[in-house]
Amino acid sequence: MPSATFDIFMIGVGGQGIGLLSEALLRAFDHAGTPVRGVDTHGLAQRGGTVTSHLRVGPDTYSPLVREGHADLVIALERHEAMRGLQTHLRAGGQLVYYDAEWQPLPVRLQKQPRLTPEELAAEAERRKARLHRVFVDTLPDPRMQNVAVMAWLVRNRVLPGLEPNHLESALRDLLDGPVLTRNLELFATLLR
Amino acid sequence: MKRLADVLLSPAPGAEIVMGNTALVRAMIEAGVRVVTSYPGSPTPEIADAIRALPAARCPFHFEFSTNEKVATEVAFGASVNGHLACVFFKSVGLNVAADTFVQLGLMNLIGGLVVVLGDDPGANSSQNEQDNRHLARLACLPVFEPASPTEAFTMFKTAAALARSERTAVVLRLTTHVCHAKEKVAFGAWETPAFDDTPRFSPENGPYIPITSLVFPMKRQALERLQRIAASPDHQTWTTLSSHGNKRRGIITAGLPYLSLLEVFHEAREWPDILKLGMVHPLPRSPILDFLRSHEEVKVLEELDDFLELQIKAVAFEHRLPVRIIGKTCFDDWVGEYTPDQTARVLARAWPDLLPPLPPPPAVTVPARPAQLCPGCGHRSAFQAIKAALPPAAITVADIGCHTLGFLPPYGIGQVLLCMGHSCGTAAGLSLFQKDRPVVAFLGDSTFFHAGLPGIINALYNHHDFTLIVMENGTTAMTGHQDHPGSGRNFREPVDAIPIRRVLEGLGVKTILETDTYQQARLTDLVRQALATPGFKVVIARHPCMLKFTREQARQGKPRLPAVHLSDACDQQKVCISGFACPTFQFTPEGRVTVQQDLCIGDGSCRQVCPRQAIQPTKKGGA
Repeated sequence: MPSATFDIFMIGVGGQGIGLLSEALLRAFDHAGTPVRGVDTHGLAQRGGTVTSHLRVGPDTYSPLVREGHADLVIALERHEAMRGLQTHLRAGGQLVYYDAEWQPLPVRLQKQPRLTPEELAAEAERRKARLHRVFVDTLPDPRMQNVAVMAWLVRNRVLPGLEPNHLESALRDLLDGPVLTRNLELFATLLR
Repeated sequence: MKRLADVLLSPAPGAEIVMGNTALVRAMIEAGVRVVTSYPGSPTPEIADAIRALPAARCPFHFEFSTNEKVATEVAFGASVNGHLACVFFKSVGLNVAADTFVQLGLMNLIGGLVVVLGDDPGANSSQNEQDNRHLARLACLPVFEPASPTEAFTMFKTAAALARSERTAVVLRLTTHVCHAKEKVAFGAWETPAFDDTPRFSPENGPYIPITSLVFPMKRQALERLQRIAASPDHQTWTTLSSHGNKRRGIITAGLPYLSLLEVFHEAREWPDILKLGMVHPLPRSPILDFLRSHEEVKVLEELDDFLELQIKAVAFEHRLPVRIIGKTCFDDWVGEYTPDQTARVLARAWPDLLPPLPPPPAVTVPARPAQLCPGCGHRSAFQAIKAALPPAAITVADIGCHTLGFLPPYGIGQVLLCMGHSCGTAAGLSLFQKDRPVVAFLGDSTFFHAGLPGIINALYNHHDFTLIVMENGTTAMTGHQDHPGSGRNFREPVDAIPIRRVLEGLGVKTILETDTYQQARLTDLVRQALATPGFKVVIARHPCMLKFTREQARQGKPRLPAVHLSDACDQQKVCISGFACPTFQFTPEGRVTVQQDLCIGDGSCRQVCPRQAIQPTKKGGA
């Protein structure tokens, strides 16, 4: 169901760089002239727990929070969290884009619950009629750049309404500096090609 | 890179995407605040992060992290009675620490004005409860503004500051977690570097400032008169917004973030009740509320947490013998958790089942939960590993607030009871009475040691209690974002002489003080055994710098991370590293073998001593 509002729910593990991802997308939409609001997880959960970020794009939004089962797009930076985002926030027929890192949650590491396989995630996505896209780059210079790899994939595949590469580049220039900016822009450009 | 300082100090009006906490700092600057104080606690520490972006020479106000919220409030109070516009901010439960001071503020004539910014935490995102601080503001006879968004946080701060100055009082700005952290484009006003008049204006003539016995009564009267004046002021009407949808039957009175949740839920509502949105929730604007009650058959009071508005609104209806049906909390679920749009829909459906289309059940999640974890390399993990080896199974372990609270999780299970900041020594003392069979061990972080820990320690000495205190010293206030504290050697702005915990304990007369770096796990185990065997109150300082802070500083300096450890052929899959030590770095391959997650390991090697086969090996640069 197309609507003027485009809801994005981001999910990952504290330390993966969800904050930069969401801030970059927020600013990119602003550079594109699209009204946008959102909210991130701060505080305790940032210590290796599940972290989420909500982004609401369009003129007709009020709450910064995306409703359960209403997200048009779920972006996940880890496989188990992709499943969580799919089950809590993606709408039927929505799109799930995940970076296939595997940071096993505590109950998996303590052998209380099994790890999640890519096949199980794909089956759940199919059951929910979600479009699933796996992103994985085996040549990343630094795991902290997984978020930029996802940004590049989203822009290249025109998943983000109205966003061009230059909007995200401007956003990254707002947020980063020096060699970190250079490395991220280089990776972004490489992955766009 | 966009410099936050340029945004916050720009003389020209402008608009910028910021979170509520950042918008507040611009509001402080535009309002002419001269003194700002705080103690870190979620959801407010990002206010200080924004202040940190201001170069000291250009920051128009004094800022400090005080030792705790009570002291922070007192510093702001002192500045205010000297003529400075002041602000203090802290988290929800911080108000309990500050309460002794806070409840006096209404009695005082604050000639400079004071804004108290509270970060309440409905949903207990980062807190030990979800207390509703409107009650305490009412107890203290102070007005309360409740913004719904970053834009309102910005404008209401300036309104609160102006009111605080004109009424010579403290005004509370009550934020909640997702107002503090929400991000949107906020339009800022113009600002000129003010010429502050820093003449110390304190005079007892401005008071009275000594509330003792019958001298309290005129001061209390003055506080009540002030509230009455504010309640009757024409300004109060402008803080209240009526959205009429021509619905004579149903109306909703609400405030703060639930208002935005309500508008969101209206997208799918079958009818739109009228809405009365309050900007100030104490004292209540009686006249618009009365009008609203008179013009509707049913009014739902939509408020997060407690029935603070509901009871007062029902009282108004009762006094005026109005026939309106007022729907407040309908069941305990209405009292619990944040009023997100989803929760708001459920609350509304309980009040008016026909208002919304049938709601889907809450989503079922099959994926394993992911609680917060101690970081890779965290010194607390080594400490728990070592301490667990020393504790008899019957030992009682008392947690305190900090990253080390996470020791309660499996596989450590250390820290079995928790109240609040600094409770551990008092609680441990009580647990140690009338028994010798179960040794009692209390934990305390270094920032908390100074914040609220010392009275419990002094009590243990003074009253000869018998338990062991383990100070988990990591050199920073880690959980809230690495703020400095009196023992860290820096204050917010500059290097200072650290107040060493050991010397404080020595000065108090603690006879047994043992200390080690926690990475020396075997030594720490020995020290804890030694402490447990010593009668009376004894302290073990378990020290290791916060490794998250350390690795971030290394990265900032452009230094490469140490290579991850690897498992040698000696590994026979005893899995101690994963099931006992439980560093997140260790996980399972699809075949069920232990492996090292390369993204996570910081190469610290603190895990190596737990392996019975010495199979965990450092990796040389460029591979094994």
